[in-house]
Amino acid sequence: MALNLKSGLRDMFLEGVRPVSELSRYITASGPQVRIDALSLKHKELNDLLREVVSKGAREITIKNVFGQRYISTRLNGISGCNVNLSIYGTPGNDLGAFLNGQRITVYGNAQDGVGNTMNEGEIIIHGKAGDVVAMSMRGGKIFIRNNVGYRAAIHMKEYNDKIPVLVVGGTAQDFFGEYMAGGIVLLLGLSLGEGKNHNAGYVGTGMHGGVMYVRGSMQMSQLGKDVGIYETDDRDLEIIRRYAGEFAQHFGLNTEEILQGNFRKILPLSKRPYKNTYAY
Amino acid sequence: MYSYLLPEFTIERKTDRCIKCRVCERQCPFGGHKYDPDFDAMSSFEEVCVGCQRCAVFCPTGALCVQPHHSQYKPNYNWTREKFQDLKKQAETGGIILTGSGNDKPYKVYWDHLVLNASQVTNPSIDPLREPMELRTFLGKKNDTLEIELNKEGFEIKNELNPNKMIELPVVFSAMSYGAISYQAFKSLAMAAKEVGTLFNTGEGGLPLEMRGEYGGNAVVQCASGRFGVDSEYLNCASIVEIKIGQGAKPGIGGHLPGEKVSLNVARNRMIPEGTDAISPAPQHDIYSIEDLSMLIYALKEATNYTKPISVKIAAVHHVAAIASGIVRAGADIVAIDGIRGGTGSAPKIIRDNIGIPIELALAAVDKRLRDEGIRNKCSVIAAGGFRCSGDILKAIALGADAVYIGTAALVAMGCTLCQKCYTGKCAWGICTQDPYLSKRLNPEIVSIKLVNLLRSWEREIKEMLGGMGINAIESIRGNRDHLRGVGLEGWELDVLGVKGAGE
Repeated sequence: MALNLKSGLRDMFLEGVRPVSELSRYITASGPQVRIDALSLKHKELNDLLREVVSKGAREITIKNVFGQRYISTRLNGISGCNVNLSIYGTPGNDLGAFLNGQRITVYGNAQDGVGNTMNEGEIIIHGKAGDVVAMSMRGGKIFIRNNVGYRAAIHMKEYNDKIPVLVVGGTAQDFFGEYMAGGIVLLLGLSLGEGKNHNAGYVGTGMHGGVMYVRGSMQMSQLGKDVGIYETDDRDLEIIRRYAGEFAQHFGLNTEEILQGNFRKILPLSKRPYKNTYAY
Repeated sequence: MYSYLLPEFTIERKTDRCIKCRVCERQCPFGGHKYDPDFDAMSSFEEVCVGCQRCAVFCPTGALCVQPHHSQYKPNYNWTREKFQDLKKQAETGGIILTGSGNDKPYKVYWDHLVLNASQVTNPSIDPLREPMELRTFLGKKNDTLEIELNKEGFEIKNELNPNKMIELPVVFSAMSYGAISYQAFKSLAMAAKEVGTLFNTGEGGLPLEMRGEYGGNAVVQCASGRFGVDSEYLNCASIVEIKIGQGAKPGIGGHLPGEKVSLNVARNRMIPEGTDAISPAPQHDIYSIEDLSMLIYALKEATNYTKPISVKIAAVHHVAAIASGIVRAGADIVAIDGIRGGTGSAPKIIRDNIGIPIELALAAVDKRLRDEGIRNKCSVIAAGGFRCSGDILKAIALGADAVYIGTAALVAMGCTLCQKCYTGKCAWGICTQDPYLSKRLNPEIVSIKLVNLLRSWEREIKEMLGGMGINAIESIRGNRDHLRGVGLEGWELDVLGVKGAGE
C-alpha cells in the first residue's frame, strides 16, 4: 500500500480492502438464503460481499457479528429490486440503509447514526435504539425503532403525493426532532417514559413546513419550535396512528391496544411557508 | 412599491417613434408599460422598472430608452443611493434585502491584475490553426504512481485507476437548479454541455426523469442540505456527484426557493408538495465535521458503486486552504471552490456583498497548500465565481485550477442582463422563472447553440493564448505560475498568489 509519507494521508476506508474473491469463507449459502459472518470484515468488504451475493440471486441474507460496518445495503440499489431481506445481528455502523431503495433491513441490536439517511423506499426495523440523524431527508419507506433515538431525528423528511415516509420511534427522542420537516408521518410513542415524565426533546419541529408528528406522552409547549403548533387528534389521525402503531407493535411483539391507550397529540406546522415574511422583495 | 423611493430607472418613450404596438406591455413582467385605450396612449411606470432592457431591445421602432434615473439624492460617497434605498426598504418591511446574481461591489478583480506570458525569440510559439492543441481535462483523483508495462501493442497501465471524468475543455457549467431557473434554461445548459463534451451541474433541484438517459452522462448532480430530488437512480445516472457545502454568493447560509416557484414539475423533481417553500438548511444536518463529511462522501461512493468521482463544493472563506485539505483527506475526488463574486438565484444582499474571499486568492492558497502537503494529485480543483472570459479561465488554470465553473457568463449568453431580480421569479428573459408565459421565451434549441458558440469561441481563444506561450497542452500550464505576472499588486497579494511582479 503506497502511503503518502509527506502528508501522512491514509485512506481510512479503502486501505487494506481485500477483493471479494478472498472473502468467500465469510459466506454460507443455500439457494436464495445466505449467511455472512461480518466479524473482521471492513466496511467496504461487507458491502462488496452483499452486492456479490445479491447479484447472484440471494434474497434472504443474515449477517452475524456486525460490528460498526457502515452503509449496509446502500450499494444494493440498482441491482436488487425490492425483495431483499437483510437480518443484521450486532451493531451496524453509521448510515445504515443510506439512500435505501426498496430493501428490508431488520437489526437485532442497536444502530448508530444516520439510519435511513435520504432513504427512498424500503423498510428498516431496529430492535433496539438508534443514534443521531435518523431518517434525515427520508422521502419514502418506513423506519421502526423500538427504543429511543438520538438528536436531529426526522430532519427534513419530505413527501410528494402518495409517497409518504413513515418513522415510528418507540421511546423518546432528543433535540431538533423533526426540524425542517417538509412532509411525512412521524410517531413518537414514548413507551420508555416513566409515568408522568416528559419527552426530552427541545426545538421540536423548528422550521417545520409540512408533514405531521404524533406524540404520545407529555410534551410542553416550551419544547416546540416556534413554527409549529400542538393539536388534539381527530378520527382520521387516530386511523393513521392505529395503522402504524399496529405495524410497530407487530414488529416488536407488543400490544397495539396498550399503545393506543396513551394520549396522542399531533404537531403540525403553522405554515407551509415559515420564512415568507423574512425577506424584503 | 415602497413609498418615498426614487425610481431606479427612467423610461424614455420617443412618442414620434412609438406605434403603440404594445410589445413593451407584453414583454414586461413587472407591469412597466400599459396601454390606455381611453386615450389611445402608452404610458410607463418607472417605479417598477428593473432595468432588464427587455422592452428596449424588443421595441420594433427603437422608441424606448431605459437608463439609470437622473434624479439624485445629494451625492454622498458614504451614503450611496443603494444604501439609502435599502434603508428605506427595510424601514418599511423589517425584512432581509434579497438580491440575485453575483456580487457587484468594487472588490479588486485580481484577474485584471494578472498577465499571461508569450514566447518571443527564445522559444517558438505554436500556431493552433495548424498544430493540434490539447484542452482535454480529467476530473477526479489521480494515482500517486503509475506502473506501466510496455508490450507489443504499446503499453498497459497495471494500477487500478480512480474514476475520472473526461471533459473536452476545462469549462463546466456551474450549479443552477431547475426551480431556480426554468426548465428551458436548464435544458439548454444540458444540451450545450452534451454537444461540447463538458458538464452541466443540476444544482439542488433534481434531474428530471426524462433527461436522465440523454444528459446524465454530462451531468454533475448535487447532493445538498435539502437533499431535494436525491435518489439512487439520480446519483447513478450522473458523471459526478457533488456535495454542496457552500456557495460563493451566500457562504454559510442555506437557500429558500419560494413557494411561488415550486410549480407542479418542480415539486415532482424535488419530491415536495407544490407551493411549499423548498428550504435548504444552512448546514447539512448530517455533516457537522470533516469526519461527517467523509461519511457522506463514502456513502455516495457506496451508492454509486465507486464508479464516479465525488466532488465537494465550498465557498471561499478565510481558512479555505485548510478546509480544502480536510476535504481531500476526507476522500473527495474534486474540490470546487466558489469565490465572493459567485452568482445566485437568490441571496440576502448583505451576505452576497460582504462574505467570502475572492476566488483568485482562494484558489492560489488551496493549490499551494495541497502541493505543500503532497496531496494535490488526490483531487481535481474546480474554481468558480465570476469568470467573465477565457483570459480569466486560463489565468485560473495557471494558478492551479483543473477546470472552472461558469454560471453568470452562461446566463448572459442566454440573454440575462444582470438586473439582479432573479429572486422575484419574474425574469423577463425566461431564465430565472417558472411562469410558463415567460419561460417559453427561451427556446432550448436556439439558446443551446449560443452556449455552444460561447464555449467554442473560448476554446479557440485559449488555444491561441496557449500557442502564443509555446504550449500545446492545457496540462502544461496547469499550476504553472511562472506564466503569470502581477501588475499593480502589493507584496502580500503577490505572495498569496505565488506569482512574481511584472518585469521580475
